[in-house]
Order: sequence, then structure tokens, then C-alpha cells
Amino acid sequence: MISLRTLVSLICFLLTNGLIANTILVCNSCKANSVKKGIALASDFDTLLIKKGIYKEFNIVVDKPLTLKGEGFPVVDGEDKGEIIRIVADNVTIDGLFIVNVGTSYTSDYAAIRVVKSKNFLIQNVVLEKLFFGIYIEKSNHGRIYHNKIIGDAKDEYNSGNGIQLWYSNHVEVERNIVQGVRDGIYLEFSDEVLIKDNASTNNLRYGLHFMFSNDDVYTNNIFENNGAGVAVMFSKRIKMYDNTFRKNWGTAAYGMLLKEINDAEIFNNTFEENTIGINIEGSNRIVYKGNDFKNNGWAIKVLGACYSNTFTQNNFLYNSFDISYNSRLNDNVFDKNFWSDYTGYDLNNDGIGDVPYRPVKLFSYIVNRTPETIVLLRSLFMDIIDFSEKVSPVFTPDNLFDTNPLMKKSHD
Amino acid sequence: MFKILKYSFYDLMRSSWSYVYFLFYLALGFVLLFLNNDVSKAVITLMNIIIVLVPLIGTIFGVMYFYNSKEFTELLLAQPIKRSSIFLGQYLGVAFSLTLSLLLGLGIPFVIYGLLESTAIFDFTLLLVNGAFLTLIFTALSFNIALVNENKIKGFGYSILVWLFLAVIYDGLFLMSLIVFEEYPLDTFSLVATLLNPIDLSRTLILLKLDISALLGYTGAVFKNFFGTNQGLIISLFTLILWTFLPVWRLLFKAKRKDF
Amino acid sequence: MIEITGLHKKFGKNEVLRGIDLDIQSKGIVAILGPNGSGKTTLIKSILGMVIPNRGNISISGNSIKNQWAYRKEIEYLPQIANFPGNLKVKELIHMIKDLHQKPTNDEQLIDLFGLQPFLNKKLSTLSGGTKQKVNIVLTFMFDKPMIILDEPTTGLDPKALIHLKELIQYEKTNGKTILVTSHIMNFVEEVADEIIYLLEGKIYFKGSVDALKKQTKQKNVEHAIATITQNSTHV
Repeated sequence: MISLRTLVSLICFLLTNGLIANTILVCNSCKANSVKKGIALASDFDTLLIKKGIYKEFNIVVDKPLTLKGEGFPVVDGEDKGEIIRIVADNVTIDGLFIVNVGTSYTSDYAAIRVVKSKNFLIQNVVLEKLFFGIYIEKSNHGRIYHNKIIGDAKDEYNSGNGIQLWYSNHVEVERNIVQGVRDGIYLEFSDEVLIKDNASTNNLRYGLHFMFSNDDVYTNNIFENNGAGVAVMFSKRIKMYDNTFRKNWGTAAYGMLLKEINDAEIFNNTFEENTIGINIEGSNRIVYKGNDFKNNGWAIKVLGACYSNTFTQNNFLYNSFDISYNSRLNDNVFDKNFWSDYTGYDLNNDGIGDVPYRPVKLFSYIVNRTPETIVLLRSLFMDIIDFSEKVSPVFTPDNLFDTNPLMKKSHD
Repeated sequence: MFKILKYSFYDLMRSSWSYVYFLFYLALGFVLLFLNNDVSKAVITLMNIIIVLVPLIGTIFGVMYFYNSKEFTELLLAQPIKRSSIFLGQYLGVAFSLTLSLLLGLGIPFVIYGLLESTAIFDFTLLLVNGAFLTLIFTALSFNIALVNENKIKGFGYSILVWLFLAVIYDGLFLMSLIVFEEYPLDTFSLVATLLNPIDLSRTLILLKLDISALLGYTGAVFKNFFGTNQGLIISLFTLILWTFLPVWRLLFKAKRKDF
Repeated sequence: MIEITGLHKKFGKNEVLRGIDLDIQSKGIVAILGPNGSGKTTLIKSILGMVIPNRGNISISGNSIKNQWAYRKEIEYLPQIANFPGNLKVKELIHMIKDLHQKPTNDEQLIDLFGLQPFLNKKLSTLSGGTKQKVNIVLTFMFDKPMIILDEPTTGLDPKALIHLKELIQYEKTNGKTILVTSHIMNFVEEVADEIIYLLEGKIYFKGSVDALKKQTKQKNVEHAIATITQNSTHV
């Protein structure tokens, strides 16, 4: 009986809703033969069903709560004239559009889709090509950017824009997007409590992910690969970064991740592989690095400037040219129970922990910091001899920096 | 020449030294893999050993063989054989038998431990190619030294000195000059200095593979071109070949003018 | 056969050959004599191309030997000190030399003659000096070449082997070969030599037949004749 009543009420609800929310067809031969006309014809909570076709439009303003749904990926072609869709109302959904040719400008940040001061937006299944900025969220909270594909063809930083940009926007979820070939893949500024999950940001000119002044954000399971400078995380608090992969960020100032003025973050179970620098840390305090893999990086971790009370534990340091590099003799960070592939000690009592502490900072890394050309002497016998003598009696490197409990086996696979 | 090569090679294959060398590498390979149980790590450790030990063994072995085969050489000199064939044949006999010991000694344990399924196979191959080149180069250098020095002790001494210089001292001087002149642009200098030492050269070849992430951290454009493109690999390989040919050429040149 | 003109050789400051002119056309046995350090071995090695002269020219059968090697196909050489690669067996050494020449040999006959059969499977490093010299002789005489150069062939030989050696030399002489030999054993020289060349301080001091030497020095045997020459020369 109860289930029947539930069913009846559900049907009633659907019917009444259906009566209010109409579906408006947009196609080349329809009454609404453009998106703009469709929006003009629609009333609140209507759905615009945009049929397959090419719609040469720009400056489309969505000013009421609508759902713009594409069928068979209709193309909205901005013909390089400017911004294409601007959302200025709450509860707007954009779904399944193929948006191309956003205008490039040196004065305005034209975007394929811009959301301004609106709540509860949903942008999904959208494909963006030939863009300047992709999805630009401005002072808009509680939205979701899901399963979009942004393929840029940026050549120079000065005339290219970002893939997904959040500015003063809190509580946004950015999930399962693919961003490539733009300036910064995902850019956040002044945006708190954002969840960035399962995205792939690759081959971007500058950063795969770039964020500043954004607190309490969570990043999980993202892949950042082959970006000009990797990922930059700056001036933010209480960030959680779990299970991300940072790969192949090669170059002079390239790193898997740059941490600058970051406090109280948790960096767990990430993989840093084949980056010139795995993590570059500047002025960041009370960060916990746990369970990460640093593999085949030039420098797994490079510490610059004052960094206090950071903890590195249960990480795997595998075949990096240098594990840790410091530019000063001071150390206030704790290294404990990590696995170091360069560790040559022994474990006589068989408790899985090496009996001799491991010193991850080599003298050679200090020399290379000073005279970069000396990098060509990496792995030479002479350097090994010098490193050994420094190991025995540290002169240039922090003498209290060692892992007292180096693991004999990888902490995890 | 091939007959001489055959006899030298055959001669060496029967001498216990070849087996010592072979067993040494065999043991080294197994021990490394046993301790690490990880082909990638073993390859890195092996690299450190190869660029130091292979030249040393090539040097000692070359000098030793040259002096030991003095009688053989003199016997051959009276035979209707070209001088260059005699020395080239002997040189190649030594170099090939050493290379064979190296390839087999290291190859067998690594293949047993699953090298063929491992991603390290390219690194490992590069390592062996380097080892082979270093053997060829240092055997030639030691032959050169032994040819000019009748005195065995002197010959040994000079050979070890050459090895010590190229393996250690050279890098020390190199490092010092880099630090002393650090205000100047040094990337061309450091690349040239690398090319001038066969040990550094083969180390660079391996760096290109193992440490490319670190090498690309440096700013200089010359570096970038060298390490960032295939240019580095091609130039290094070419120079290694040159390094092999020059001492051999000098050996033959000197041998032609030497009295026995 | 052998023409040498103005041959000079220095080892460092030590002038070993100071202008040798020599023409050996005849078949038969030519003994090169001289005190220690007079340049006998150097002269022989120059002919073989093992020592490169500073000046002068050596022609064999009318062709200069400079930078040549093929002419050695026509020369059998017995080196002074029988140094062989130690870890080869006698059999292997003989086989190797045969392999290098690719010519017919009568090595088996010679092995029988010097009784080397029991040593064939022994390593050369284990042989005594005399046995080594026998192997040396086998290696030299087993080919059939028109010219033979013997540097101190008698070293370490027992009397029986010495007789066999003399027979061999005589046999090759009757085959019409040119044989160059150096020795300190004057009896041996007197017995076998047709012609004597006496080297002193890098120059040819005497060249002629054994009889001519005796006549010139008014001595009855070669040993005394040589001693006289040496004495005279020190007075010169």
C-alpha cells in the first residue's frame, strides 16, 4: 500500500513538473533556429533540446534557470568573435555541446562558457576546441563541472587562456574532465572547499593545475602529465592531495608540484614520476607527506627557503638522481620510515628497518645548486667519493637530516 | 689478420684469466640481483661498477696480455704476415674475449632474473654497449702503452695511471675548473670536457637514459640541445667510436716503426 | 739474393750498425761472426724486417723489403732465443705455424728425427731449453724455402741433436739454398760455413771464405783466426 501511494505521488510530481517545464527544440529548421532564440522563447526551468547542427553564435546569455541539452553534439561556433555562452542565472545546466572558436583578446578573458555570480550550475559532457578560456567560473558557488573535454591549441602564454578557471567560487566540484593544450589546465584563485577529482590535465603550456589563495580544497586521483611547469600550489591552507599522478614534467623550471607558502596540507599516496623536480617546496610548513612514490625524478624533493615541521613518512624514493636537496644547512623537518632505493645499509635484527640511518642529501646536490653545469658529473666515481666523505662528516649539508628508520622494503607497491 | 685474431682469441679463451673475468661478472650479476631483486636498481648499481671496473680490467688485461704474448708476437713477426695484421689481430683477440666475458657474465644472470620481460632491457643493452666500447678503448690504450714501454713495471704503472686519471682525477679537475670559473658560461666547456674522456662519455650516454629528468633541469641552450634531443646520443656514440679508432690507429702506426 | 747497402741502425744512442754493405749472391752457407754486441742479430732482424733501419737499403731478389712482408714467404728463420707462447702445446704451435703458411711441410719427419714425439702434447712452458730449441728447429726447417736464416742454432742442443742439425744444414745446402748462420761455436762454423762475414762494431771487418780467413790471419783453425782478428782490431 505504501509503495502504491509513493508511486502515485511520484507520477503526480512528474506530471506537474512536466506541465511546468517544457522542452523547446532548437534546430536549423525549427522555430527556434538558434540557441539565443531558444533562450528567448523559454521560460524558467525549461529544457532547450539542441539538435545536431552548426549554430554560429556568440554572446549567448543564459539569464534564466534552463537546461541546454545538445543532441549528437551540436556545434556552437563563435567564429572567433568573442565569448560564447555566459550564465548569469542560478540552476543552469549545459550538457552535450560542442563549442568552438572562442575569440582571442588581450583585454577581455573571453571564455567558451562563463558562469557569473550564479549558483547550482552544472556543466557536463561539453567539448571545447579552438578556445581562449574554456570554462570560467566567476563568483559562483555550488556548481559542478563534470566530464568535459577541453582541447586547446595554445602556442604562446601571452595569447592563450586557461582550461577551467575558478575565481572566487566555493564548493565547486571539478570531476572527470580532460584538459590539454591550454595555458593552465585548471586554475583556481580565491576558491575554497573545491573538489578536484579524476581529471587529466596534460600537455598544457604552463601549469596542469595552478591555484592560489584557495583553502580547504581536495585533489584526488588526477593525472598531471607533460605540462610546461607541472602543478603550482601557492598561498593556500589545509589542502588535501591524495592519489594524484604527476609525470614527465621536464624542463628548467619544471616540477611535478611546486608548493609555495602552503601550510597544513596533507599529501598522501601520490606518484611523482620522471619529473625534473618531483616537489619543489618553498616556505611551506606543517605538511605531511605520506605514502607517496617518487620515481625516476631528477630531484625527488627540493627544499628552498624556510620550511618547518614537515613530515615525510612511508614514502618510496626510487631511482631519483637526487632524493632530497636543501639549499641551507638548517633542517626542521622529519624524515622517518621511508624507503630509499639508494640505501645501502643492513638490517641485522631483521625488523624491516635499516640499522644505519640514511642521509638523503648528497653533497653533489649542493654543488649542482651552486654550479648547475656540474650536473654532467652525475654518477662519476669522483662524485661518489666526495659524497661518501660528506656522508661521513657533513660540512655543507644539514647534519641532522637523516632518516633514522629507513625501510628495507618498499612501504607500498 | 683473422688467423691471428683466431689464435689470440683461442689462446685467451683457454687462459684462466678469461674465466676469472667471466666468473667475476657472473658473480657480480647474481649478487647484485640477489641483493636488490629488482632489475632496474641492479642496472643502476651495475652502471657505477661498469664505468669504473671495465676500463680497469681492460687496461690491466691488455698490458698483461701484451707483455705475456711477447714471444708469440716475435714468432709471428718472422712469419710472412703484415705487422698491422699481427697487432690488430692480437688486439681484437683480447678485446673480443673480454667483451664476450662481459656480455655473457652479465647477460646470463640478468636474463635468468627476467630481464627480457623487464622495462630495463634498453638500459641494460646500453650498459653493455658502453661496456664493450670501454673494453675496446682501454685495451687499445693499454696496448699503446705496453708497445712503447719495454719495461713491464713501467708499462703497468703508466696504464694504471691512465686509468686512474681518466676514472677519477680528470673528473676532479673538471669539477674544480667548473667551480672556479662558475661566473662564465660553461655549458660548451663542460660538454667538450665530457667528450674528451671516454669514461665520462659513456657515463653521459647512460645519464641520458637514467637521469634525463635531472639533466633537463639545467638552463643552458647548448645543454638542452645536447641532452634534450637525439643529438646527444648521436654525438656521444660517434665520439666513442672515434675514441676506439684513434688508439688503434696509433697502435698500428707505432707498431710499424718499432724494432723487435 | 741479398743486397745490403749503407745500413745504419741506432738504438737510442747506441749505434749498432754503422754502414753495412753486403752482397750475398752465392748459394751455400754464410756464417756471420763477431763478438757480443757487434750487430749480428740486428743485421739478421733487419733482413727479416723486424728491426727497421735508420738508413740504408735491403733488397732481396732485387726488391727492396721496406714495408713489405710477403718476401718472408721465401725465408725460414730460426730465432736466437726460442720464446714461444707458453700455454700452447707443441702440436698446436706446429699446427698454427703450418696454418699461417698454408704450404706443404715435412714436420713429421723432423719430429721423428729430433725425437719430439713424446712432447707433442705438452705445453711449451713445461719444456726444457734444449727441447724448445728442437721445436724451434722443426718449425724452421719444415718448410721448403730458398733462404734460411739461423741465429745461434746450436744453443742448448745435445750432441746427437747437434749432429742432426748439421746434417739438416748440409742437406739444405745440397738442395741449393742460401743459408745465413750466426754462431759462437767456431768448430761448428768451421765445419759448415763456406763463407765467413766478420762483424765488428757495426761494420763488416772481414768477408771471404774460411780458407781466405785462415790465410790472412796465418792461423790453422777458425777459432784462432777469429781471435787474431779481434786482437788486431783492438790495436787498430
